[in-house]
Amino acid sequence: MPARVLPSVLAAVCGGGILWQATDGAQAFTSEAARRLEVAMSPRPVPQVQLEDMAGAAVELRPQQGEVVLVEFIYTVCGDICQIAAADFAEVRDRLRARGVPARLISISFDPARDTPEQMAVYGDAHQADGGMWTVARPLPRDLPKLLELFDVTVIPDEWGGFQHNAAIHVINGAGRFEAVFDTDAVGTVLAHLQKAPS
Amino acid sequence: MRMPCLALLALVEAIALREAAVASPVQHVLLQMPLLVLAGMVAAWSLTGRRAWAVPLLLTALTAFLFWMLPRNVDWALSPAGELAKYLSLPLLLGVPLRLSWPWLGPVLRGFLKANALSMLGVLGFLYIHAPVRLCNSYLVSAQQDLGFAFLYLGAALACLWAAPLLFGDLRRVLPPPPGRIGCGA
Repeated sequence: MPARVLPSVLAAVCGGGILWQATDGAQAFTSEAARRLEVAMSPRPVPQVQLEDMAGAAVELRPQQGEVVLVEFIYTVCGDICQIAAADFAEVRDRLRARGVPARLISISFDPARDTPEQMAVYGDAHQADGGMWTVARPLPRDLPKLLELFDVTVIPDEWGGFQHNAAIHVINGAGRFEAVFDTDAVGTVLAHLQKAPS
Repeated sequence: MRMPCLALLALVEAIALREAAVASPVQHVLLQMPLLVLAGMVAAWSLTGRRAWAVPLLLTALTAFLFWMLPRNVDWALSPAGELAKYLSLPLLLGVPLRLSWPWLGPVLRGFLKANALSMLGVLGFLYIHAPVRLCNSYLVSAQQDLGFAFLYLGAALACLWAAPLLFGDLRRVLPPPPGRIGCGA
């Protein structure tokens, strides 16, 4: 009898193990959940990347002297999610400023061909991103695929000439590592994360 | 010789649908993936598995099925490594084991599996239509909802198909048996 049951038990255990592995222990069923878990477990080093901001000036993506950098990916003519996300980003900015947390916020355009500095300035004006604590910037076209891959951002064209993408707030800690991803409206969680980690 | 050729044809069709799979999740999940499974089933059509292996083979098939049902693996299947895994595992670890184990499964277990398949399609359909976020990063929200409706339609169609013999009797018993070998499918 045990010899008859053994193959079934083995198959069940192997199958269960594979599915457990494939979902990171029943924690991540979607690729978005998987990337958040993966980043939190092993933060990724962010390379030196120069961005061009609304004034046409060069901006470093990596944090300078112990600040944290919060990154959102956007395109300026976005009609829905980016607008709401920008309002949330403004709230994060205000609350970080009120608490004196050294941080920079960057909205990175993944559509650098259309988003010229002038166009980014229009977007910045609409959301009170004045280029101080929060700026809008674009990468060089050749840096864009590298950035999207580093942050695991998938951008796909939609039916109306725009894009859909996994919108989120990405945290680069003081050591220059991309260490966390949050929903754009999880303002409280982002603040709690930044105050917990003395980076 | 006919079955390997048919299997090859199904496999070639599935590979030919590469572009379509990227374009829409309905074509990916409900056309390309089932064709790959079909390729495995057809390839093993004339083989007979041993009765003792029926349950382990069924568990293997269920594992492969659940693995490819995960939204994150639908995304992964579009990357080169995931694509290769898809082309190998769907025929070999789902189609072939399912075909080899099915004749040995009793009517209660078959009914249980079918009922589960229907309820799963219903739940998935509801989930994909109403999810407030994108479940697959590679596809548009509208495509995700299309997939949800496709799951519901497929569930309804399978329910009709599987209920017909219960309501009207098994048609194969009424029709004269075809010459040669009689298949032992559901």
